[in-house]
Formats: sequence, C-alpha cells, structure tokens
Amino acid sequence: MVTNATSLGRSGLFDWLVQRFSALVLLAWIAWVCIGVIAMPEFGYPQWRALFAATPMQIFSLITVLSLCAHAWVGVWTVTTDYLNEAHLGRTGTAIRLCTQAACLLLTLTCLLWGARIFWGSG
Amino acid sequence: MSRKPPANILSLASQTAAQRKVKTARPVNLNLFSIKWPVTALVSITHRISGVLLFLAMPLLLYVFEMSLSSEAGFRQAGAMLASPMPRLLCWLLAVALLYHLIAGCRHLLMDIGFGETWRAGKAGARAVIVLSALTAVLAGIWLW
Ligand code: HEM
Repeated sequence: MVTNATSLGRSGLFDWLVQRFSALVLLAWIAWVCIGVIAMPEFGYPQWRALFAATPMQIFSLITVLSLCAHAWVGVWTVTTDYLNEAHLGRTGTAIRLCTQAACLLLTLTCLLWGARIFWGSG
Repeated sequence: MSRKPPANILSLASQTAAQRKVKTARPVNLNLFSIKWPVTALVSITHRISGVLLFLAMPLLLYVFEMSLSSEAGFRQAGAMLASPMPRLLCWLLAVALLYHLIAGCRHLLMDIGFGETWRAGKAGARAVIVLSALTAVLAGIWLW
C-alpha cells in the first residue's frame, strides 16, 4: 500500500504546484531561446554562444535546468507509481517500481549536475 | 437526538472496522485495454507518453547542447551530426514530442485555471491540440529538411 503518496514535497498539492510552476519556466525559456534564434541575423557559433553567455541568461538557464529536473522527476514518479505497482504487476510490483524510480532519480540528478555545468559554464 | 460525530482526529479512532475498510480500499487504476478512448483520453495518454520520451531524451539533449556550446568546432560537429538522416529523424521525432507535450501541457494549464472544463470544450480543446501539434510537426519538418 502507498502510505506516502508524494514524490518531492510532503504533500501532493506541493508536487502539483511544482509541476505547474516548472512547466511555466520551461515554456518561458524555450520561447526565449526560439525568439533569440529567429531574431539572429545569421545562425552561427558566436551568436549561439552569446545567447547563453550573459549573466541574466545564465541564471535563467540554471533555473530552467532545476525546473526541468523537478518537472521530470515529479512526472516520472507519477507515471511509475500509476503503472508499476502490485495491482498491475503482482507481488513484485513494489520492488520493480522502487528500482525503476531509483534509476530515474539517478538519471535526473545526473542531468541536473551536468546541465548546471553546461549552462553555468557558458559565460 | 443523534449528533454528528465530531470532526476531529479523535473521531478517527472511533471508526468502525467497515469504515476503515472503505478508506483503505483505495481506487485501483482502470484496465487500459478494456476502456473506451474518447479524443480527450487519447490526448491525455499521448501527453504522458511524450513526457516519458522526453525524460529519456534528456541526456541526449544535454549532450547536443554541451557540444554546440563548447567551441566553434563542437558547434559544427553538432550541426554535421544533425545533418545525417537517422539523427535528423530522431531530432524531428523529439521535436514533435516536445511540441506536442508543450501544446497539450498548455491546454492542461488552462484547464487547471478553469478554462474549457466542460465536456464539449474539453473535446474541442483536445482536437485543437491535435491540429496545432500536426501543424507544428510539419513546420519543424520543413525547417529541418
Ligand atoms: C523536456 C522537457 C519536459 C519533460 C522531460 C517533461 C516530462 C513530463 C512528464 C514525465 C510528465 C508526467 C506525465 C503524466 O503525469 O501524465 C509531465 C507532465 C506535465 N508536463 Fe511536462 N515535460 C517537459 C516539458 C514540459 C513543458 C515545456 C510544458 C509546458 C507547458 C510541460 C507541461 C506539463 C504539464 C502541465 C504536466 C502535468 C500533466 C498532468 O498533471 O497530468 N512539460 N511532463
């Protein structure tokens, strides 16, 4: 039985809010990068690099990486909790879910640190 | 005269066994293969599938970002890589997944704040998501090829 039905915070409402807030951040960042690329007179390395080099953009990108990882983790947690359980998989359901979630968490944390280095180091 | 049970934590202790059983018998997920699939359900499950795909693609996206931002040579290398047929197809598929997830996500957020929650509006919104995603998928294809 699921006794703690949350993934990130202590309440489902918090997780729900995290997923909405992070979705908006992702949306804003994607829009900003797309507009930036479209507005370039020509698309080359100097322009591409400059787009991510200014300090405000570095901070924006870092917040986006954080949001991406929070969003992705709450998301896969929800999906795995819905399908990888005893009702669907029988007795080993919980073990399968916990192993899968551990792998997903590792991947998420890897992306968090890696992404932070890419965008923070882009100045 | 019967009184309402007090709505505090103590009332939990005085639950009957039957009441407790109802509470622990949480709803079980539906069997996905035995239910009907209205357009709203299709749009919803595709949002979920695209989300999982994007999750798995995160390392790939970071890899391309890192390469393209590392140096002039890396930028060219990333461009050359995306120019070969299979990676380009993969790139398009991921772009489609992202665009779909994003558009369906916007509909989701709109519904969260109370827009389009009726059955009719829900269906119309779901159809709009499909049409918009198809359009952007074609545009992404034109841009890539
Ligand atoms: C690469 C980036 C992204 C990844 C890896 C990702 C991943 C996911 C995953 C795995 C879910 C869970 C699906 C479910 O519970 O059914 C989800 C849900 C969601 N995503 Fe994303 N997502 C990304 C980008 C975005 C963007 C840009 C938006 C902007 C609109 C967005 C909006 C949402 C919303 C609103 C939900 C909640 C759906 C629900 O509660 O059912 N996502 N995402």
